[in-house]
This record gives sequence, C-alpha cells and structure tokens, in this order.
Amino acid sequence: MILQAEVRNRFPTIEKAPTGITGLDEITRGGLPARRATLVCGGAGCGKTVLAMEFLVRGAQQFGEPGLFVSFEEKPQSLVENFRSFGFDLNALIGKKQLKISHIDLSHAEVIETGEFTLEALLIRLEHAIREIGAKRVVLDTMETIFSVLANTESLRAEIARLFHWLTDKGVTAIVTGEKGQKELTRHGFEEYLSDCVLLLDHRICDQISKRRMRIVKYRGSPHGKDEYPFLIGETGFSVLPLTSLLLDQKVSDERVSTGVRRLDEMLAGKGYFRGTTVLVSGKAGTGKSSLAAAFAAASSARNEHCLYFAFEESALQLARNMRSLGIDLDKWTKGSLFTLQATRPTFLGLEEHLVGMIKLIDTLRPSCVVIDPITNFLSAGDQPEIKAMLMRLIDYLKSREITLLLTALTGGSYRPDETEEKVSSLVDTWIALDLEVVGHARRRQIYIVKSRGMEHSRETFELVMSINGLSLRGLKRDDPP
Amino acid sequence: MVDKSDKKWILRLYIAGLTPAAEMALSNIKTICAQHLEGQYSLEVIDLLESPALAEGEQIFAVPTLVRQLPTPLRKIIGDLSNTRKVVVGLDIKTAA
Repeated sequence: MILQAEVRNRFPTIEKAPTGITGLDEITRGGLPARRATLVCGGAGCGKTVLAMEFLVRGAQQFGEPGLFVSFEEKPQSLVENFRSFGFDLNALIGKKQLKISHIDLSHAEVIETGEFTLEALLIRLEHAIREIGAKRVVLDTMETIFSVLANTESLRAEIARLFHWLTDKGVTAIVTGEKGQKELTRHGFEEYLSDCVLLLDHRICDQISKRRMRIVKYRGSPHGKDEYPFLIGETGFSVLPLTSLLLDQKVSDERVSTGVRRLDEMLAGKGYFRGTTVLVSGKAGTGKSSLAAAFAAASSARNEHCLYFAFEESALQLARNMRSLGIDLDKWTKGSLFTLQATRPTFLGLEEHLVGMIKLIDTLRPSCVVIDPITNFLSAGDQPEIKAMLMRLIDYLKSREITLLLTALTGGSYRPDETEEKVSSLVDTWIALDLEVVGHARRRQIYIVKSRGMEHSRETFELVMSINGLSLRGLKRDDPP
Repeated sequence: MVDKSDKKWILRLYIAGLTPAAEMALSNIKTICAQHLEGQYSLEVIDLLESPALAEGEQIFAVPTLVRQLPTPLRKIIGDLSNTRKVVVGLDIKTAA
C-alpha cells in the first residue's frame, strides 16, 4: 500500500510489521511493533481469533513471513473450517509450510498439580514449531485457558511472563490474545507483561444493531489513532474503518476533471470540478441527478480513469438502460474495466456495515472517481449520529486520496428540502442544484450552481436538456442553442 | 492386603534437563513407587531437551509432568511431586493398596 510507505516515512518510529489488514495498518501507522508481542484483548466473540489468524495469513501471503498459530482452545480442524468462510485456505498455506497450527490441548486428561513446575515443555514445543517452518510471526490464542488447568497462579504468572520474554528473544512478531476482565483489560493481567502494544476489541449490540469497535489502548514508541474505530468481520476477514483524522493533511489539487457536460464545465470557470473534491447534485425526483452523475462517470472512464458507481436505488440493468437513452454507454466502460457499478439497497440497519464495505471496495479498486447515488439514505439516519460521522470520514478519506466524489441527494418528497442543505453543505465543495420549472404545459429541468469553492463560477440558471446525444445546457432565453 | 501383582503400572516422567525440580520429582516418584508399587511398575524418564518432538504426542506443556499410561485412564501430575499424599491419590495407588 502506498499509504503505508508514506506513513512510515512521515513518522520514523520503531520498526513495524505490517498486518495487511484493511485499515489496521493505518490506525497503527504501519502495523504492529516488529519482533515484539502485541496483546489483543476483548470479550468472547469479539473477533480476537479472526484478527490474529488474519495477521498470520496476510503475513505469509503478502509479506513472506511464515506464521505459527498456537491454539489453546480451538482444534486445528475447526479453525480451518471457520476460516474457509473468509476465503482463507489455511490448508493450502499449511501445505506450503507458510503456516502451522499447533494445538495445545489442555483438556486432554485429568491434571493434578503438586509442587514447583515450569512451562519449559511449552517453550520446547514452540521452539520446535517455530524452527520447523521458520516462523516470523506467532499467535498464542488464548493462553489464559491454562489458568483453568493449573492452580498455582503465582508460578504460572511468572512462567507466562518468562514465555513472553522468550518470544521477544526469538525475534518473532507475536499476537497474544486475552479475555477481557471485569476491571482489568484481561482476566489474568497479561497487560502487565505485554505493554508495548495493546488493542482492545469490543462487540456490543445497540438497538439490535451489532457494533464492533477497536481501540488502541497503548502503543509504546509510536503515535497512533486514539479513537474507537468501527470494524467489520466480513466475507474477506477483518477490516477496520481506515478513516482517521490523523492523516488529514489532504492534498489540494489544481487539476480539473470534466463534469461530462460541456457547458457545465464552462459554468465552472470553464474547466469542471477540482480533482479530489466533493460534489453534491441535489434535486427533486426526476430532475436528472443520476444522469448528471452518469455523465460524470462516463467522462472519467473516457479519460481512462476508473470510476466506481454506488447505485442505491436502481439496479445495474436499469441504470445501464436509462443511460443508453442518453447516449451514455456504461457497458462499454464496464467491459474495459474503467467503470464498476455496485448496485445495492442498503437498509437503515446495515448502514454502518455498508459504509465499511464501500470503503473496502474503494480501497481495493482505487478508483479516480466515486459516485454515490443517492446519499439520502445515509443522511436520513438522523438517530444514528455515528453514521453521519462515518460519512464525513468517508468524504475525508476520499479527499486524502484525491478521489473525486459525486453525491446525489433527493430533495422534497418525503425528505425535507433543507435537510440535505443542513447536513451536507459544509462537507461539499461544489453544489449543483437541479429543479423543475413548469412552463405552460411543459416542465423544464433547470440547473444552477449553488456554490463552488475556489473558483469563479457562473451564477446563471440554465435548462438541462437530455437527448440521445447526451446532456447539454441551454440558456433560458429561447434563442440560445444547446 | 489386596493382591496387586496383576497390575502393571507404566509411568513416564517428562523433564527438560536435570533441573532441581526434575531431580526432586524423580526422587519423589522413585520413593513412592518403591513403597507402593515394588516390582509392578516401569518408570521411563523423557528429557524433552533431547527429544522435543515427544512433548506434542502426549500434550505436555509443563515440566516435570508425570504421566500414568497404565492403568487407564491416562493421568497427569504436574510439578515436583513434593506432596506425596497428592501423588498417591492422583495415581490412584491408595485404592489399589
């Protein structure tokens, strides 16, 4: 990732091991501390195991570092099965000696304890396994189970401390997971020994909506994001919302991108939108918002720049058909991989997950332009302030990557017209309003620019004309040709 | 006394080097066996420093660990075996005696 390199150069701190996990390397500014142990804690079902395993899988696949997963609970076979649902073929990695799962079965037999002991046998097993595949990354998930087997807590704690030191001596980058305690971060106080980097995961249910959050409690020797970050465990594993105000030194570009409508470009000081800015197209139903968005998308593709279009009201086929009637052939660009249409119907309940999914897709495809058509669903979730915050961060995120964003918003109808204005106005750089004017028996579409930061733009109102030749603007005087 | 000549006791003591705890465990178990299982047991000492792969098979994670392989069921006693009564009960020798 380009950003990782940027981040590392900008903050020359301790050496880091990138996780390759979406968003995590950004909030940790480059990954986990290399050759040290990181504590990942949280309650049952919060995603500790997924995070830890993905760290190994990506480490092996993307960074050429073989990984050893030491499981104190789950059996290797069930891990393999569970991770298949994330598209991780653990068996393939195991076959290539890039991954090894060691099961420390503590339930094997009745255990009685008397007198002094050490965990040397465990260390010998780890040593053996590390050497077998040349492991550079190690996960212990979760060692706390051992406390339920051995009663001599004092000896055990000393031994566990020794084990953590030993891991560091081995020069491996490790994740140790720990169950959340009542007051402490972990039930058995692992945070006392593992204090270089501590990640806390949380899974709560609010209003029947599942919410996952991650926080970096501590990261010695490195700046890091201090917020609670939403994360998602989805089809492709773990992803932290890589939206962070840390990196908000957005680039400001003087470069322009076409609106896809010649005379609209002219209205915007003759050149169109600024690259990397946010454009809002608002209007009532049927005023041509999607058409204007599609014109922008097609212009982007015509410049050989990838455009990612999120359609939340129309299906892919519908949109393609409507655009064909305007002479815009989105199919052509889709085939040429310059246009990606993502048509879904988000429900209010899934908005957060939805946003994460969008960001993930943006991160994967790295488009130059993004269209969200319409944004209204997200804005109407007034009772979910996080959604708005996330949307704002999405906008910031795109800006920081110089991705031009076009949003459409429906006004009138079931939405209060000023609702859009209140909520988005400050976020957008260019705001184009569409309207319908009744002239005799006909209705004409009108277009005008409400604002456009940083440029001298036209203050005139034009008629938006749609035909098989595309979109064009016409002066409101009768004699003005389109 | 019940006749216990039909019983065969197979014990394994896992250690990692001859540490004080390992020596203590070895001497303790020898004493216990001599007292309770004379002539009916075999005791094998496995040093994991020499054969590390053997720890995996019997799921050993701490040392010293005494494993009673026979009679079944498998039993494990972790530690230097300094509490003789606990070891005797743990190995289920008392009921046999």
